[in-house]
Amino acid sequence: MSATVAGTGSRFYETAIGKKIVMAVTGVILVGFVFVHMTGNLQVLQGADKINHYAKLLRTSMPLLWTARLVLIASVVLHVRAALQLYALKAAARPVAYAKKAHRGATLASRTMIWSGYTLAIFIVLHILHFTTGTIHTDFVEGDVFHNVTTAFKNPLIAAGYVVMMGFLFMHISHGIFSLTQSLGLSHPRYSAAAKTVARVLAVIIAVGFAAVPVAVFAVIAK
Amino acid sequence: MTRTFSLTLHVWRQKSAKQAGQFAKYIAANVSEHMSFLEMLDVVNQDLLAKGEDPIAFDHDCREGICGSCGFMVNGDAHGGHRGTTICQLHMRHFKDGEELWLEPWRSAAFPIVKDLAVDRGAFDRIIASGGFVSVPTGSAVDGNAIPVPKTEADLAMDAAACIGCGACVAMCPNSAAQLFTAAKVGHLGLLPQGQPERDRRVLAMVGQMTAEGFGHCTSTGECEAVCPKEIPIAFIARMNRDYLEASVKERPQANRGGSG
Ligand code: FES
Repeated sequence: MSATVAGTGSRFYETAIGKKIVMAVTGVILVGFVFVHMTGNLQVLQGADKINHYAKLLRTSMPLLWTARLVLIASVVLHVRAALQLYALKAAARPVAYAKKAHRGATLASRTMIWSGYTLAIFIVLHILHFTTGTIHTDFVEGDVFHNVTTAFKNPLIAAGYVVMMGFLFMHISHGIFSLTQSLGLSHPRYSAAAKTVARVLAVIIAVGFAAVPVAVFAVIAK
Repeated sequence: MTRTFSLTLHVWRQKSAKQAGQFAKYIAANVSEHMSFLEMLDVVNQDLLAKGEDPIAFDHDCREGICGSCGFMVNGDAHGGHRGTTICQLHMRHFKDGEELWLEPWRSAAFPIVKDLAVDRGAFDRIIASGGFVSVPTGSAVDGNAIPVPKTEADLAMDAAACIGCGACVAMCPNSAAQLFTAAKVGHLGLLPQGQPERDRRVLAMVGQMTAEGFGHCTSTGECEAVCPKEIPIAFIARMNRDYLEASVKERPQANRGGSG
């Protein structure tokens, strides 16, 4: 039987491994972004001047800002595209489901990546309409980030909603960060055991760091 | 004293890939704790034969956990879900009197059902045929020991080579992926000096064939390594991914000029 020779440029993406590598690379970009985003947000806790100054700083150069935005948009598009294609592949690969299926080792997070992914996708859209464009913000003041954030999180439902979303983000990246080390082939007996732990710790730091803002704002206002 | 007990079995019965299947209920009476799971089924089958019914079809050969023929799901666990154990090596002492067991075949589009619990794993053979080998010209093979292999690499290659191709990885994977199987062979040969000349071509071809067979993708859940009777770790999948990435980047078009050799 003759061998199937795959792997030329166009073939790369045809394989599940190629798609996973695309997901991993875009995943690195997106995790890097949320980490920086989280550290930036913490400046809300330092007061209006700090965060508003930081927001202005980010807008120093519009071409630079849009370059970053385009990289992020492209990453999201590629990440989601590959995810949907792989999800379709999964359905085709097991047309008849098991009557009974046990789980050995698979975490809840690892089994629900597509659902946490869908949730985050919806959240990201709402979040941009909320704090970037202000479209769905009830009292939006262009450029006054501190005002926008504090007025929004006065509402307990919005504050709680953001905290819950950070739970989904935690689930998604706690498995995602580990999984991308597998997809990119970053495995070594000495460090692989640590990869899962590092992924979880990083996910906790990011999720807690984000959640700190609505919680703190709400706590201060409630007093 | 030997413990004997009875079990209720719900077994997937399906005449062929074309016909629809369903569960049938059987009582396995007088099961001895010393029996293997397959011996228990043998007894059930004897009863079925005596009654003139069609016995339950399942694959088996060595019954000592080394050939990779056996395998089906027991209550949603490949090979019954015990560490490093094939279903032929699973002993009935692990079960309690009156337990209900659901027996299902490996479920994957790439593994069509032959009959009942037996599936066609030809897809694995085709993946191996696409690149799971080293080419050695007849008559010029050097003495094996003449090529130095570091002990750590030899051990690692051996870990991967332990794969018996049973298909439990695919069966247990939530995505029906064949990554662990393919990675085991890619890793086994890729770790040894003899496997180097064909290393890039091998991983590209085997991954290509795996794709063509319609297996799913890897989401790093670790379900496969948990039920692999040879306990092959998913680190080999990472190794294959790296090899695949490297080979894809380095690949150049094959020269179509040259002598006839
Ligand atoms: S029959 Fe050979 S491994 Fe089970």
